[in-house]
Amino acid sequence: MNDQKIQSILYLNGVTKSFDGFRAINNLSLDIRPGELRAIIGPNGAGKSTMMDIITGKTKPDEGEVKYRDTIDLTKYDEADIANMGIGRKFQKPTVIESLSVWDNLELALAGNRGVFQTLFFHLSKAQYDRVDEIIELVGLKDRRDELARNLSHGQKQWLEIGMLIIQDPELLLVDEPAAGMTDYETMETAKLLKSISENHSVVVVEHDMDFIRALDTKVTVLHEGSVLAEGSLDVVSSNPRVIEVYLGR
Amino acid sequence: MTRKPLIQQLLADDKASRWLFIVMLVLGIGVPFLNLIVPPDSFFHVPTYVVTLIGKYLCFAMLALALDLIWGYCGILSLGHGAFFALGGYAMGMYLMRQIGDRGMYGNPILPDFMVFLNWQELPWYWYGFDNFGFAVFMVFLAPGLLAFLFGWLAFRSRVTGVYLSIITQALTYALMLAFFRNDMGFGGNNGLTDFKDILGFDLQADSTRIVLFVLTLIFLALAYVLCQYITRSKAGRVLISIRDAESRTRFIGYRVEHYKLFVFIVSALIAGVAGALYVPQIGIINPSEFNPLNSIEIVIWVAIGGRGTLYGAVIGAVLVNYAKTTFTSGVFAEYWLFILGALFVITTIYLPRGVVGILDGYFNRKKIRESAAVAAPQAGVASGGKS
Repeated sequence: MNDQKIQSILYLNGVTKSFDGFRAINNLSLDIRPGELRAIIGPNGAGKSTMMDIITGKTKPDEGEVKYRDTIDLTKYDEADIANMGIGRKFQKPTVIESLSVWDNLELALAGNRGVFQTLFFHLSKAQYDRVDEIIELVGLKDRRDELARNLSHGQKQWLEIGMLIIQDPELLLVDEPAAGMTDYETMETAKLLKSISENHSVVVVEHDMDFIRALDTKVTVLHEGSVLAEGSLDVVSSNPRVIEVYLGR
Repeated sequence: MTRKPLIQQLLADDKASRWLFIVMLVLGIGVPFLNLIVPPDSFFHVPTYVVTLIGKYLCFAMLALALDLIWGYCGILSLGHGAFFALGGYAMGMYLMRQIGDRGMYGNPILPDFMVFLNWQELPWYWYGFDNFGFAVFMVFLAPGLLAFLFGWLAFRSRVTGVYLSIITQALTYALMLAFFRNDMGFGGNNGLTDFKDILGFDLQADSTRIVLFVLTLIFLALAYVLCQYITRSKAGRVLISIRDAESRTRFIGYRVEHYKLFVFIVSALIAGVAGALYVPQIGIINPSEFNPLNSIEIVIWVAIGGRGTLYGAVIGAVLVNYAKTTFTSGVFAEYWLFILGALFVITTIYLPRGVVGILDGYFNRKKIRESAAVAAPQAGVASGGKS
């Protein structure tokens, strides 16, 4: 890949989005470098999910630039296009295909051609088969591979969804509250998993859980009322008086 | 795991489908034999009206299959699927009308009776070509397919889903019903198309013609079944299920949901159209009441009662409910049929979410568990015997 030449994998500049006069995103700017792991925190309503929606094409911004790999203007594309360009998204609420098995869920997300006729006449190659097995192993669901996804625990669904994200082989992963509803042990395991993923992908994680953020040990962006309030290491931002005020001051 | 040959994929580990094919084969050989060869005074003789009746059920089974493909597997609840069935039926009916030729009441060699009655001087342009069977068959596919394409393209692209989609499909079939009711549409108004004489030169009243139509219906039902089976078991089928379960998730994985929906909607409409085309020569009439929204809702009830999301469930549901309908609407219960149907639907929805097929499955699973328990029991006896 030509990672050397790319300045920013994701670049948001002056993005604004209002819903019925309410500014969910207000002049937001963000710059993610290739290979970076970035944590985004912020109170409820800070605009985290709207930001994800804008990046993934679900919502169009009112103004501002959203650039992928320096040059691609994401506001011109829809969800499927953007997913196929290499931006994967994990939802806040674990969303897996409940009535398919763990294996089928991963096979579905497997990188490859997404057209109707390609899937109609699709045959899994040995390499692809092994790839699915590899990811099943990675997310720790090996002994549940034939289980229907609806029978998984909450934490396992989260992992399956992360697995579905990895297997798409995206360049940029957007992960929305991966630790929500997990036990402490699972939370720490998830942090480890994301750190290992970030070794060869760019990852943006939105999270509330401070222990989790601490375990990620990376650059943190604090959002507030739709724009960036502070940026830096967790220790720096958590000693920022504005951040303390927003989080604790009301 | 998913790399079996096609035939094996279609038939393996699917007992129910195998049984269905066996029943269809038995029907396909038995019914012609019992109708044509066995003498009419024999106890085993199957009268022609029964052949036609079963043929009608089979057409409905195909229609149910079509609906189950989109509703059961992709979550598109069409409440207007009767429209595609009726369009296929009208295309075939127009051919059959032209076949009448000068044997009509008014003896006009070109114009069907109703046009003569309306004082029309010449055949409207859209009736051109229907004297040719090949063209008519082409239109059986084109008319429903094109409507499904236009409707689906507009609806799915604008992301109309759920109950809103159901409502507009209902509106679609209602609008078509009103249009076809109008005499100046040129489709026979509320009388529709009827008094057919023959098809490809064969007398429609002859037993042999009826049997051929019956066997053809079976064959097309089997083909439609295999097609649906193939689609639902391919990777595309799993994409459809994922659209049904989590549409936006499917989009974010990178699948074009609207393309998949459009594809399966068109396939479904084509199957419904073929079912309609096979229905008309057997029943002998097609009129605008086939567009009635109530008919379309009935299809949903067949599928729900049979078992949504299993192809054989749709077939079983259509046959069972229509058999019940034939039985009940001819006896003392005739007035209460709609209440019975409604009650069946409510009971299925509340107590049998997986329909009749769900009951059967449950029974076989329990049997399996009992059997495996019976196998396990002696071993347990040996084990405990060894201990003591």
